[in-house]
Amino acid sequence: MPKDGGIGASTKRREDIRFLTGTGQYTDDINLRGQAHVAFLRSDVAHGRIKGIDTKAAEGMPGVVRIFTGADFEGVGGLPCGWQVTDRHGEVMQEPGHPVLAQGKVRHVGDPIAAVVAETPEQARDAVEAIAVDIEELPAVIDMKAALADDAPKVHDDLKSNLCYDWGFVEENKAAVEEAFGKAAHVTSLELVNNRLVANPMEPRVAVGDFAAHSGESTLYTTSQNPHVIRLLMGAFVLGIPEHKLRVVAPDVGGGFGSKIFHYAEEAFCTFAAKQLKRPVKWTSSRAEAFMSDAHGRDHVTKIELALDADNNFTALRTETYANMGAYLSTFAPSVPTWLHGTLMAGNYRTPLIYVNVKAVFTNTVPVDAYRGAGRPEATYQLERVIDKAARELGVDPIALRRQNFVTEFPYATPVAVEYDTGDYVATMDKLEEIADISGFEKRLAESKARGKLRGLGVNCYIEACGIAPSNLVGQLGARAGLYESATVRVNATGGLVVMTGSHSHGQGHETSFPQVVADMIGIDASMVEIEHGDTDKAPMGMGTYGSRSLAVGGSAIVRATEKIIAKAKRIAAHIMEASEDDIELKNGQFTVAGTDKSLAWGDVTLAAYVPHNYPLDELEPGLEETAFYDPSNFTYPAGAYACEVEVDPETGKVTIESFAAADDFGNIVNPMIVSGQVHGGLAQGIGQALLEGCVYDENGQLLTGSYMDYAMPRAEDVPFYKVDHSCQTPCTHNPLGVKGCGEAGAIGSPPAVVNAVVDALQRAGHTNVMHIDMPLSPSRVWKTMQG
Amino acid sequence: MKGQGRSKATGPVQEETKMYAFDFERPDTIDDALKALGAEDAQPLSGGQTLIPTLKSRLAMPSKLVSLTAIPELKGICTSDDGALCVGAATTHAEVAAGAGAYPALAALAGNIGDPAVRNRGTIGGSLANNDPSACYPAAALASGATIVTNSRQIAADDFFDGMFTTVLDEGEIIVEVRFPVPQKASYQKFEQPASRFALVGVFVAKYPDGVRVAVTGAAEDGVFRWTQAETALSSDFSAGAVSGLDVPDNAMIGDLHGSPEYRAHLVKVMTGRAVKAAG
Repeated sequence: MPKDGGIGASTKRREDIRFLTGTGQYTDDINLRGQAHVAFLRSDVAHGRIKGIDTKAAEGMPGVVRIFTGADFEGVGGLPCGWQVTDRHGEVMQEPGHPVLAQGKVRHVGDPIAAVVAETPEQARDAVEAIAVDIEELPAVIDMKAALADDAPKVHDDLKSNLCYDWGFVEENKAAVEEAFGKAAHVTSLELVNNRLVANPMEPRVAVGDFAAHSGESTLYTTSQNPHVIRLLMGAFVLGIPEHKLRVVAPDVGGGFGSKIFHYAEEAFCTFAAKQLKRPVKWTSSRAEAFMSDAHGRDHVTKIELALDADNNFTALRTETYANMGAYLSTFAPSVPTWLHGTLMAGNYRTPLIYVNVKAVFTNTVPVDAYRGAGRPEATYQLERVIDKAARELGVDPIALRRQNFVTEFPYATPVAVEYDTGDYVATMDKLEEIADISGFEKRLAESKARGKLRGLGVNCYIEACGIAPSNLVGQLGARAGLYESATVRVNATGGLVVMTGSHSHGQGHETSFPQVVADMIGIDASMVEIEHGDTDKAPMGMGTYGSRSLAVGGSAIVRATEKIIAKAKRIAAHIMEASEDDIELKNGQFTVAGTDKSLAWGDVTLAAYVPHNYPLDELEPGLEETAFYDPSNFTYPAGAYACEVEVDPETGKVTIESFAAADDFGNIVNPMIVSGQVHGGLAQGIGQALLEGCVYDENGQLLTGSYMDYAMPRAEDVPFYKVDHSCQTPCTHNPLGVKGCGEAGAIGSPPAVVNAVVDALQRAGHTNVMHIDMPLSPSRVWKTMQG
Repeated sequence: MKGQGRSKATGPVQEETKMYAFDFERPDTIDDALKALGAEDAQPLSGGQTLIPTLKSRLAMPSKLVSLTAIPELKGICTSDDGALCVGAATTHAEVAAGAGAYPALAALAGNIGDPAVRNRGTIGGSLANNDPSACYPAAALASGATIVTNSRQIAADDFFDGMFTTVLDEGEIIVEVRFPVPQKASYQKFEQPASRFALVGVFVAKYPDGVRVAVTGAAEDGVFRWTQAETALSSDFSAGAVSGLDVPDNAMIGDLHGSPEYRAHLVKVMTGRAVKAAG
């Protein structure tokens, strides 16, 4: 292993030096000579018809360069949707237009109506206030079920209704599922809400558009998790700029959590306006704008039913979910409640028959799209909640009920179209019981009771599907993109390497863990490897970072490219050492000839590649640079078991997390410290969803939680010191690293553990009618529940 | 990844201001402050923990801000001849937390307002003059029977607060000092609103030789109030049990995302009991 850390070493994150010393380069740090600033006039009503926009007074304001309205974007494309879902009747989803600036109607509070470009941000904002907009306010649809009523106002006049699609999965199983429910010995039913969330990355979104008149090249600097995808979507579908004339750069990005995957209107605007005005145009979101313009997450209303036989075996499962799309289809919105959700409904269990129905609904709210976990937390939450309820109704131990129904043989083909390659759910549950000290719970319960507190234990499992792929399959499922990743490995003459990857790093530590992989393969120090990402002019192509895919897919592309490098380097070494290529071995950065004492250092071979004096020029090109595209053959399936212990204050309803344990199986692990950090962050977000966070609109579509005064984010004091373990490892069988992905696990697995624990605490305190409380479990909500 | 800016990138620009333009004065005497406040639409600025966010949201457009933080007379903590703790209006929460040892419950309250940044800027005078219905200090002033000394008069706390975000202060009148009679026992118990961490309900209980005073913040639509039934009960029996049998106060309680009126009324009782217990 390299002495500064190869695969398996907890190498400290090299990027943290710049993050912790204030020397990161974020998009807002980019200021171009001559740049102008844009401020958006946003709708303050949820639904309305634009009768007129008077910009005359604003145009005369100091510093105003130009004012744009929807009329300036006629003939320009709308923001595209990257996934088309086909419904249970074989029809494609209803897909409304999504203009850069509102055309004719506004459809949510925050919908951009006009944009002022001015010399300074203050002047732009002053002029925005001078624009007079005449809007005829229309009734808003906020509640999803009300939005589907026959006489409901339509968010989009040109669509048949507010129903985006009515998806059934697996439609062919529907009748068999009904039949199994008819024969069930017991049916447990639960209605629940997966609360709407605002992603709230620490860095708000920023876009800087630039245009070089001499070359006709546009550049967009943006806060994105996938700059290549933005280049494709914006270039091909919105602005009509070919890739060779469009560069997208996403430099340091301060967190995304999904919300920075998508292509946003402000990015297209800045790029468009920069070209029109022939000067750079910059936009920096305020936090208030972020609440009303960043894509939100979750927002499902679900009824789930679990059928069991007389021996408590799961025999069938069916769900009906209403999924909020918001006012427009954000980039990947249609995929979240369908393919990222329905395919996970088997969980860790052998339920032979499953039917999932999802109705996606347009409402006059901010668009909803992927947020850490994206569909999989929604699936896990309802499944693990209904199992807990079933155990309670049947009077059996919830852990035992889960163990009894675990999938134990792999590969396992679920009834919802995916095949788990590996896993060991018994092992992770065993590990969880050990690290959470489940057997010591009764003692802790007694201690809490002595202090006047109600204690509860919640346990659940989760499985997720990461590294969404392969491209030909997702194409059949409606994806309008491939889901491979690319990497270019450039070896310099003196032996150092630069790896250009399409996986963007915005907190995940790629700049540390990816070099560990390359260094390990070659046997050199990780410090000889540098990672470049976030610039479409550098990496050849990139699908970006989301869905816990970077190491499994992007890392595998790096492995493939490095394998090509090693193969070529061995040919060079064979030539120099006058040996057969098959006899060349590479170990610890030294090329040797098997059975001889001949040896060449890594640097000798790389130098030969660029100074090819003694080199097989007739059969091999000079240089040492290789590119690989990796398209996985399957998803990866991380899984685990989580346990949460809570105390509830019976007088106030306040819940405190007393302990949280997570036993995860992520397959092989490159950097255990980074993995633990990813789990910690995910748990904090999941606990935030369970106890604190919730985005709320009033019936008129006004955002009641539009700032941190009302939207509660988790703080350090809200979370415990976690017990995390990832020693259970069943390596993925189909990627070269055997890795599964760890970024979302904590956010997927923790909400049900928290809610199970609170329900358990109330049940143990005699509130036997309490079977469920919707998230967030705020003090007032828990107190109200206790009042009966 | 290192720097990404192209060659024409310039250095960092100053953080954008978002407020409307205004004039700014920072006088060092009360007289000069009053003079400056005579201008039309002039507004006093103390720690700015409410006013500055309001300005950044462009919800106010003062012509002039007159800072009160450079006036020596408005700063500091001392004990008067009659034993009252006197706190200068421009004294920060952090200074009260550290310097009001003679009145531990007041120091503890100050030390638990907001976060360190808020405590190092926000002032007691600013908080009382603003009379946010969820602020902590109004409960302390009311429960202590404090006297609010202004440039022109002395106002009993019982007369000072006049409903949500309203006081009896006249236009241009500024608080100079707040005088707290020091109780025998006291405690402030705050139940935090989960998002803002302001008081969803905060109760200050203070026991004086002539009786107990109980002031409640965060709960009622009219802002801070005295819970007189609890005062009566506690004056004859200073124990948590004395409160538990009472009906909840019948003030009109705030109902919002974070708690119904019923929940707030319930919390008033719970937090009063806890304050009594904590006061010892």
